[in-house]
Amino acid sequence: MGYTENELAKDLENQEYKFGFVTDIESDKAPNGLNEDIIRFISAKKNEPEWLLEHRLKAFATWKTMTEPTWAHVHYTKPNMQEICFYSAPKQTKKYESWDDVDPEMKETMKKLGISMEEQKRLTGVAVDFVMDSVSVATSFKAKLQELGIIFCSFSEAVQEHPELVRKHMGTVVPTSDNYYAALNSAVFTDGSFCYIPKGVRCPMELSTYFRINEGGTGQFERTLVVADEGSYVSYLEGCTAPQRDENQLHAAVVELIALENAEIKYSTVQNWYPGNKEGIGGIFNFVTKRGICERNAKISWTQVETGSAVTWKYPSCILKGDNSVGEFYSVAVTNNYQQADTGTKMIHLGKNTKSTIISKGISAGKSQNSYRGLVQIHKNASNARNFSQCDSLLMSDECGAHTFPYIECKNSSAKIEHEATTSKIGEDQIFYCQQRGINIEKAISLIVNGYCKEVLNQLPMEFAVEAQKLLEISLEGSVG
Amino acid sequence: MIKISNLHASIDGKEILKGLNLEVKAGEIHAIMGPNGAGKSTLASVLAGREEYEVTQGTVDFDGKDLLDLSTEDRAREGLFLAFQYPIEIPGVSNINFLRTSLNEIREYRGEEQISAKDFLAKVKDKSALVELDSKLASRSVNEGFSGGEKKRNEIFQMAMLEPKLAILDETDSGLDIDALRIVASGVNKLKSDKNATIVITHYQRLLDYIIPDFVHVLYDGRIVKSGPKELALELEEKGYDWIKAEVEAH
Repeated sequence: MGYTENELAKDLENQEYKFGFVTDIESDKAPNGLNEDIIRFISAKKNEPEWLLEHRLKAFATWKTMTEPTWAHVHYTKPNMQEICFYSAPKQTKKYESWDDVDPEMKETMKKLGISMEEQKRLTGVAVDFVMDSVSVATSFKAKLQELGIIFCSFSEAVQEHPELVRKHMGTVVPTSDNYYAALNSAVFTDGSFCYIPKGVRCPMELSTYFRINEGGTGQFERTLVVADEGSYVSYLEGCTAPQRDENQLHAAVVELIALENAEIKYSTVQNWYPGNKEGIGGIFNFVTKRGICERNAKISWTQVETGSAVTWKYPSCILKGDNSVGEFYSVAVTNNYQQADTGTKMIHLGKNTKSTIISKGISAGKSQNSYRGLVQIHKNASNARNFSQCDSLLMSDECGAHTFPYIECKNSSAKIEHEATTSKIGEDQIFYCQQRGINIEKAISLIVNGYCKEVLNQLPMEFAVEAQKLLEISLEGSVG
Repeated sequence: MIKISNLHASIDGKEILKGLNLEVKAGEIHAIMGPNGAGKSTLASVLAGREEYEVTQGTVDFDGKDLLDLSTEDRAREGLFLAFQYPIEIPGVSNINFLRTSLNEIREYRGEEQISAKDFLAKVKDKSALVELDSKLASRSVNEGFSGGEKKRNEIFQMAMLEPKLAILDETDSGLDIDALRIVASGVNKLKSDKNATIVITHYQRLLDYIIPDFVHVLYDGRIVKSGPKELALELEEKGYDWIKAEVEAH
């Protein structure tokens, strides 16, 4: 009667990670390991100015004095830095002038990822930057954006073409000494995306970057820097996938957002790095530092749907420096099988009348562990600061765990801080109710979970929301018996 | 429509239904009454396919199909509808979205095309009027924050939308005031046709003032021990269940 456990198990077999393919593209790799020579190698490969090499070496020196953080509620074998390849680039001699020049294998990869550029170009008008392994390979729509003075390109290109902008802003939000992984990234980052929106310009399309780790034994260390000048607006999307491998691969990115006066940045992520197999073998270690700073009346909104990675350690944060600035964090984090996630946000209120909202929805299934860790900090001068936090956890099995670590530090008595939290188990009654209305168990779970995440999914741009819903469905298939 | 023969069912090893027989034909309304713990709600759950219950003996023929062999969702798709005694809340899922998913799943099962947005909305408008359901409730989350009466009306609204062959109303009258009761009952009556059938499970006779049954059955200790015309309900209302118990025990 109904859906048997055997059927479930069978379904599960067939629903392994669907982005687990490897693209057969020749790549240009550095020898494994990490030392000053490797850093010089990377910098030389990228034809970087002297100041950037110095920046890297300084970060490396700092990193050597640091130890890997252990406070997160996750357990894993620490990656051996001497076994990782810190530079791997798809072999190519020239930059692509147009989409037609892109390697057909690469195009195939993108197709498998569900990003047909042609289609995107035609239908959605999304400008896409595609970062494979460590190097950005294609940026579409550049000309159109240029007319408005918008710069959207790979990080390396920005270093060459707009060194003054990069030098001025890089490391101002996430200093090299910020934490172990940020320092590592600052030393060895290979590429990423750069975006600058000029004063008063409203970016007419979603800017989007797809990150993919292809090569085995490599780490991905990309940097993203988004600068929204006074009164401008941009919505930025980021998607991530990686092939299925038995080894753990390290992804340590740094994302810096700068919203100047009256500017607004909306940053959305759908993270689907390979989570490892059902026994917890393989998968990506996703150790990411994301932070934004808001000047007066500015707003930064982070939305993330996290379904992948073996271990996630990630706290997209806002420094609300300017008066009346606004920070938002909307998150859905799903863990299944042996995945572990320790994710949340930091809202640092420095300015007066600053406002922050945190909506976090954790979903744990299988034997996974899912933690929310958040900090709301109200500084002395932040009069009338406000925060609203809501942290919900949904449990799908008897063997998973959900944890909440909310920290509040308040040094101004006029602040208003609200915190709500719930933990619930997906109801057999709810599933039965759906089934009695003709909806099968998988669809029922997807319906219930989507309902649970609605406040977050609503924040995503339309096409992205559809993708996120599908991902949730795939990630949780077979998770309730 | 449905023929239940010698049905035995238990939960956690405890037998609740102990050889129940019942036949309902198209166009008929049957009322099932009985004291607390007789197995009324168990019957509804077993027919709908709730997994906690184990059927140990007996057969159920539903319009030529072996009902017990069908999955819960396929029973619904074949046209069996259960109006829940305690309708379930599904936060964040709009009533509309829920119903459209449901309706399309049923249509797909029957090899029909998905309903168009236009037709669907027209149907929603039409059917919500039937149970005087505020159109605002259609866009709210399923049963979330609904009053008791609204939840029950929402069940009948769903029933109207899905047009089942057989509807089982499980204590639909509980928690309803007299006005809501009338609205719900009139909805059920308007949906009645010679092609569908209804089983009304109730404690009290008062619902049967509005939904007139063709037959009344008394369920006691897992079996139907007495059946009769609608007047039987009045007799039960007047005399209680003790005389039935005495009758059964005398046998």
